[in-house]
Amino acid sequence: MSQKNDLHKPSENEYLSCIRCGLCLSNCPTYREYLTETASPRGRVALARKGLEGDLKLTPNLYEQMYACFDCLACNEICPVGIRPADLALEMRYFQEQMNPKRWKGTLFSGLLSKPKSMERVTFPLRLYQMLGVRRLVYALGLRLLMPGQLRDMEAMLPHLPQRPLRSVLPEITESHGRSARKVGFFLGCAQSLLFADESAATVRVLARNGCTVITPRDAKCCGMPAMGYGRQDTVLDMARHNIEVFEKSGIEKIITDCATCGSTLKEYGKLLSDDPRWAERAKSFSGRVRDISEFLMEIPIIKPEGAIDARITYHDPCHLRRGQDVRQEPRELIKMINGAEFVEMNEADWCCGSAGSQLITHYGTSLKVLNRKMDNVEGSGADIIASGCPGCQMQLNVGVRRRRSKIRVVHPVLLLDEAYSKKGT
Amino acid sequence: MEEKTVKELKKIVGRDGVLHTPEDLAVYGYDGTFEDSSPDIVVLPETTEQVSRILQLAGRERIPVVTRGMGSGMAGASVPYRGGIVLTMTRMNRIIELDEENGMVLVESGIITAELQAEVEKKGLYYPPDPSSNRQSTIGGNIACNAGGPRCLKYGVTGDYVLGLTVVLPDGRILKTGGKTIKDVVGYDLKSLFTGSEGTLGVITEARLKLIAKPDVIHTASAEFPSLNDASRTVNAILSAGIVPVTLELIDDTAIACIEEAMSLGLPRDVEAMLIIETDGSDKDSVAREIERIGAICKENGARTVTVAKDEDERNNLWKARRSIAPSLARMSPNKLGEDITVPRNAIPEAVRRLKDISARHGLPIAVFGHAGDGNLHPNVLFDLRNPDERATMEKMIAEIFETALDLGGTLSGEHGIGSLKLPFMERAVDAVSLDVQKSIRNLLDPLGIMNPGKALPE
Ligand SMILES: Cc1cc2nc3c(=O)[nH]c(=O)nc-3n(C[C@H](O)[C@H](O)[C@H](O)COP(=O)(O)OP(=O)(O)OC[C@H]3O[C@@H](n4cnc5c(N)ncnc54)[C@H](O)[C@@H]3O)c2cc1C
Ligand code: SF4
Ligand code: SF4
Repeated sequence: MSQKNDLHKPSENEYLSCIRCGLCLSNCPTYREYLTETASPRGRVALARKGLEGDLKLTPNLYEQMYACFDCLACNEICPVGIRPADLALEMRYFQEQMNPKRWKGTLFSGLLSKPKSMERVTFPLRLYQMLGVRRLVYALGLRLLMPGQLRDMEAMLPHLPQRPLRSVLPEITESHGRSARKVGFFLGCAQSLLFADESAATVRVLARNGCTVITPRDAKCCGMPAMGYGRQDTVLDMARHNIEVFEKSGIEKIITDCATCGSTLKEYGKLLSDDPRWAERAKSFSGRVRDISEFLMEIPIIKPEGAIDARITYHDPCHLRRGQDVRQEPRELIKMINGAEFVEMNEADWCCGSAGSQLITHYGTSLKVLNRKMDNVEGSGADIIASGCPGCQMQLNVGVRRRRSKIRVVHPVLLLDEAYSKKGT
Repeated sequence: MEEKTVKELKKIVGRDGVLHTPEDLAVYGYDGTFEDSSPDIVVLPETTEQVSRILQLAGRERIPVVTRGMGSGMAGASVPYRGGIVLTMTRMNRIIELDEENGMVLVESGIITAELQAEVEKKGLYYPPDPSSNRQSTIGGNIACNAGGPRCLKYGVTGDYVLGLTVVLPDGRILKTGGKTIKDVVGYDLKSLFTGSEGTLGVITEARLKLIAKPDVIHTASAEFPSLNDASRTVNAILSAGIVPVTLELIDDTAIACIEEAMSLGLPRDVEAMLIIETDGSDKDSVAREIERIGAICKENGARTVTVAKDEDERNNLWKARRSIAPSLARMSPNKLGEDITVPRNAIPEAVRRLKDISARHGLPIAVFGHAGDGNLHPNVLFDLRNPDERATMEKMIAEIFETALDLGGTLSGEHGIGSLKLPFMERAVDAVSLDVQKSIRNLLDPLGIMNPGKALPE
């Protein structure tokens, strides 16, 4: 941890030109549930500013407003002046951690999450599946008071777990079907590997089917987003340097991920390391090569699947794909490509689902409210399937589906594509 | 604030409706200006009844009450300089009744204007008043400021759409005025009294608003003028020809430069001004003819080119340019102060000339844009608040801007209101007898002086 005198402090450029126009309020999921200034982006910017300039004490409640932000990036997108309230909220969390580091975060983020092997050995998120694991996580997050029904909802979050994490099953090199047109790297995210292994296996199959030789480095680490969310930007930088190095070794054209959150974080490495003379160039080149799976598939000549999926399918934009990476149309195009699929656009498809990583655990009430808004729109669309390429969103949507005792299936778009490939044409 | 009072407020609105941590108070002290002063407590009522009880309590305890919508105001009108209660209306945001047959809607006052517009448009109806802040302001705030916008040239301002109001008076009594009829001459027109009252006469909790049929055809043109003077002359030329466009917006070169610097929308950087002009209606041919005639008038008056937007994309691009002026100015300079003087339309060229002259003499840039069609200009002075010299110069310039408006037979504000920022100029702008009557009315309704004290009228 750095010395107190070289604290990384948000610069005044991040708030100074906020003209308090209020345009960001109506787009903010937390504002819309509470309708208070305190829960709004403009309010968060004002709090950060007053706190940093000494007009207000940096109290736990002030920082809590930064943690209550869902990091959905809607405010960043809409602010006409270019203020990024979402980023400022993260920076404030980091600022607090530097002033007042919490031990468990060190253990969790620099210890466990940065070493995939040990993470798998202690089967930490695997245990999440069992009550015990959930309890432990909750304990670790320092929240002993759970709301009634919350544990049940947290259980509903989790999909059927794979027998073993995908990381230990997936070969380092997957040859392309037929002639290999390109060599790509696959960044296997932690949540994908541990919880949605089927989907990432499907991603690799779909890549191989479309002429790619896929390299999946086993020694890649967590992208760093969870650490960032908990104010440990320092650990993120370590992870970034490590991952950049790992992918430099394999001589690949593009780095593919099927996790919206990983993708947006990997694409940020360039910016995060821009002040580090030894790493700036390498980070920039790394980030420039990162592609979400849907983005990549629409860039290359993709083979249309022969099989059909007869269903009404809608799509939920993960915040970190749509706004984090500006990938909007590509996943929709992929779904529309499937025979039999009837694509329906739901209302407010780009409105946050309320997951934001662990908000269902840390901000249960708000998270459920935001989820309810989403579920109303999902059900309103009349879809049988809701596709979304983000493990956090999928977990959250699963909770929504179960709470409503609905039959809607939650999947990654690439899984649908894979299914359509493996079915014979009709 | 006394513990007892806090408890009582919590009893009225519930615990979730009362905010008083230092963090809450710190974010309820500002509006859309750089003014800032925290209240003692924030209360979020959900019914008219609750508002009434809050005001009774406030009266009994002599606590100032500042009503607040979304805090987008541009005059410091919702800034609680004297502490007290900030009464935030954002949770009263329901549409109570959409009466399609009669073309009217009854809403709670805290509804976001753009959301009301989207809802009624689903039914083919239209609520025309369109402050550029329609996504971040409430109907209550719009009524309290009698907000206008680009479309008001043809369709009129907020007040023209208010058919009825429910207002909680400072003593807690609930007043209902107006109703479902378009014409109503029974008794004084109290809804007009509350319209534009900036939260000084009571709290508007419900409003019945007039709706019209949504026009089917819209044409938007932009005209480029090498000379600012020609552009401002053209405004009157169009209106004198008997044409009433929906909008007639002027953008000067300083504003264009800022937009281009910030967003690169492809606006011309070698002209002194642009006009954005829109016509609408239900008959395709007549709307098209109108925009053609307007184009011809622009050319006759010195426009270099006139381009009509071919599709929705081009149209949106023009409006994006117009809407991004204020934020673009903020990108270019640490601070800006936007005024909204109004002058008779034949004085527009002279007003614009004098504004530019003020800028030249004092050395700080002024961007001029606005709803030129109704003589409403938004001169924005660009400066740096951290520099005391610039602040002083800015204040001198603002005073001169007001002088100019009054000199030309205009007034201080076309839509933003007086609030606190324009108070010092009020006495010069308003007839003494009129001001006296206004003070008497205020005193009659609010003898204790608890409603938004120190705003809107000089004390
Ligand atoms: C970017 C930007 C663009 C703008 N463009 C325009 C424009 O084009 N045209 C225009 O007219 N204005 C414009 N404004 C100014 C502002 O948005 C309007 O004045 C708006 O009507 C304020 O609404 P609000 O809900 O934010 O009210 P607030 O700012 O919260 O309050 C404004 C005043 O209304 C009073 N008030 C609010 N609600 C009530 C109520 N229910 N009962 C009684 N009094 C109440 C308050 O006490 C205060 O005096 C703009 C502002 C910004 C930031
Ligand atoms: S953050 Fe941006 S959108 Fe929000 S109030 Fe400030 S300037 Fe306006
Ligand atoms: S990131 Fe989302 S939740 Fe956070 S302030 Fe911005 S809009 Fe609100």
